[in-house]
Amino acid sequence: MTIQAKKEDGITQVIMQDEMTIYTALEQTNELLPHLKIDSELQINLSAVSEIDSAGVQILMLLKQESKHKNIKLSLTQHSQAVVEVFELLNLSSYFGDPIIISADWASS
Amino acid sequence: MSDLDAALSTFSQEADELLTEMESGLLKLEDTPDDSEIINSVFRAMHTIKGSSGLFGFNIIVAFTHEAETVLDQVRNGERTIDPALISTLLGCKDHTITLLEFCFENEAEAELPNEIQQAGNELIRQLTGKTIEENLPTKAEAQSAEVETEGSEISADNWLISLDFKSDALRNGMDPLSFLRYLKTLGDIEQILTHAPELPTSEAMDPESCYLQFRILFKSDASKAVIEDVFEFAADDCDIKILPPNSKIEHYLNLLNEQPDTQVERLGEMLIKTGAITAKDINKALQHQSDDSENESKNVQVAAKPLGEILIEQQAIQKPVVEGALKKQEKTRQKVAAEANYIRVDSSKLGDLIDLVGELVISGAAMNLMVERHGLPDVEEIATSMNVLVSDIRDTALELRMVQIGETFTRFRRVVRDVSKELSKDIKLTIKGGESELDKTVVEKINDPLTHLIRNSLDHGIETPEQRLLAGKPEQGHITLDAHHESGHIVIKISDDGAGLNSEKIIEKAIANGLIKNSDGMSQQEIFNLIFEAGLSTKQQASSLSGRGVGMDVVKRNIEALRGVVNIDSVSGQGTTITIHLPLTLAIIDGFMVETEKERYIIPLSMVEECVEMDAQECEIDSIQHYVNLRGEAMPYLRLGDYFHNRAKHNNIAGRESLVVVRFGQNKAGFVVDNLLGEHQTVIKPLGKVFQHLKGVTGATILGDGNIALILDVQGLIQQATKINH
Repeated sequence: MTIQAKKEDGITQVIMQDEMTIYTALEQTNELLPHLKIDSELQINLSAVSEIDSAGVQILMLLKQESKHKNIKLSLTQHSQAVVEVFELLNLSSYFGDPIIISADWASS
Repeated sequence: MSDLDAALSTFSQEADELLTEMESGLLKLEDTPDDSEIINSVFRAMHTIKGSSGLFGFNIIVAFTHEAETVLDQVRNGERTIDPALISTLLGCKDHTITLLEFCFENEAEAELPNEIQQAGNELIRQLTGKTIEENLPTKAEAQSAEVETEGSEISADNWLISLDFKSDALRNGMDPLSFLRYLKTLGDIEQILTHAPELPTSEAMDPESCYLQFRILFKSDASKAVIEDVFEFAADDCDIKILPPNSKIEHYLNLLNEQPDTQVERLGEMLIKTGAITAKDINKALQHQSDDSENESKNVQVAAKPLGEILIEQQAIQKPVVEGALKKQEKTRQKVAAEANYIRVDSSKLGDLIDLVGELVISGAAMNLMVERHGLPDVEEIATSMNVLVSDIRDTALELRMVQIGETFTRFRRVVRDVSKELSKDIKLTIKGGESELDKTVVEKINDPLTHLIRNSLDHGIETPEQRLLAGKPEQGHITLDAHHESGHIVIKISDDGAGLNSEKIIEKAIANGLIKNSDGMSQQEIFNLIFEAGLSTKQQASSLSGRGVGMDVVKRNIEALRGVVNIDSVSGQGTTITIHLPLTLAIIDGFMVETEKERYIIPLSMVEECVEMDAQECEIDSIQHYVNLRGEAMPYLRLGDYFHNRAKHNNIAGRESLVVVRFGQNKAGFVVDNLLGEHQTVIKPLGKVFQHLKGVTGATILGDGNIALILDVQGLIQQATKINH
């Protein structure tokens, strides 16, 4: 199980537990998409994403696109260093529009 | 002279040329104000002078020429129209630039410009722009602010534009677009990146393992296009890659293009690859596209394939100005090469001397070979071999010098056709094909008269009057085609008309009346038609001023045969006549095939030799009573050269072995039986003297390496002889 989900005050919080790469993409997509059908607000916690590649980015883009269509509030939270690096490389921060908190610890890692 | 001085004098020279060009350009613009070519050249003059002046620190020139350049750029872009007033102002600018240049050359770079010159300059600028110079000083090194619109994003001048459209299988094939981008970053700075996935499907339809990502990247780097392209080398199959050079590079590419040597016309793609504006991959892709396109299109309608340059621009491999620059350069080179090619005029007698000398060289080369062979020195043999190659190259090149295109001769007939058809009140069109076929100048000169005669014949006898044509259900306009093409060492000239054709009955009637033949029994249609080449035969009932007196066709035939050629006629009654002339390409030196019989050597022109067979071979069977040889089921007449030339009453087979050389001339084939085959031989044709002119079966002689003489066989004549014996 690469995803943990819990529901609180009508907000579903999903914690990505693992890398988001081509190897996990299919599974993650299948698990994430149902949330868009039932939930009205979705938070995706990216703190544990150790690695993200193009496939992972695509999933997030898909979620964003779908949520827009269905008027679901989607937010990405606690981006891990790997995610931030890729978002910066691809200039996607503004596409998702979520505040990114850059941790002071990263520089050392 | 220091380097700087040398550079300065180059600049001064260049500026002089540019300004002269500019002046003449401006004057031409008075007549043709819309000629973009000239506007460009005027613009370039100002632009180049500005650039070079900047290098030397002549800021006053930069400041002044900048204004003129700006105005010219507006003209070039169609924002401002050129009118007489502007032209005269620009002429003033040109003069002023000269003044400024002189001033700069004579004074220190920092010197203050005298007031009156400054005033004059300001006045010109005011006329040009309506502004005064103070408020319009150019910024240093101002970049051309051209902007390219691509999918809504704006690109500044100094960045590469890279678009990456990954194909859906990219991820599955182990590509990660991110890794390419990371690698790209090592070569320069990604100034701006646009990531999007326009084809991302809605939720369920999406395959998370397919790639939907597209990137538009503004990339700042000094790397060359090839280096940048290499970044994506592994992705080439899974990604649509377009790399558009920065606009600032355009100038650079154009300069490189200009620096390319203009001694040879190169293909567009090659030129662009050399500048580095595009890579070999771009070209291959474009060529592929071009051939795909033409394949697709040829199925539907005949549309010319798109020019390569357009495809390159479409594929966003390169900007338009670079392609245009390259095309311009190509055209310029072509003109220059053409101008140079036309330049050398040589007395044809000098060429004749050269050919003679080459002939001697060939002969002494053969003598040398003989000696080398006799003494069996391996090291000398090696040198001799390479010299032989050179000699035959020289021979070919020297002969080529005398080769001229037949087109010029052909074009002269347009006038003949026009005049004659008017005179005969016929409507006749002449079509010329294969005018680029080349043959020896002497042959061209000598073929002119026979051709004229044949064409006049076609005009007069061949093509009917418009009324007759309409009655016969043919279009009113008659049609004559002149066609030339090469065929194994010969040139074939065809004159065809769509006229009435020959009337074989009339020919026979006339031929019998003139005593040419007794009856037409056993004559093929072709043989009957060929009778019109005999003296004293004209089928035209009434002689006209042009032709019809029965003199001429025999002369035509004789002339052509004098050139070792042959003429044939074919006709379909009511549909037209075709006259075919076979001519050897040259009269001076040929590749010969040497054979020996009765210790005498003979040369057969190699182009006429079909094959050689051993006489006792199974595939070849000789019938000496019926006098034919059966070669693999094909019967043909044969001739024993020994019997023919040596009056050998009976063949005494001492040598034991004989060979059959199968020769062909036009449609006719025959076999020559010889004792020995000696192989290929470069043959310099020496004409035989008057004494021998009635000699049959021989057209000339050649001197062999050992000083002996070999006769060159008249293949056509011998084939006829062989056929006669057969009958």
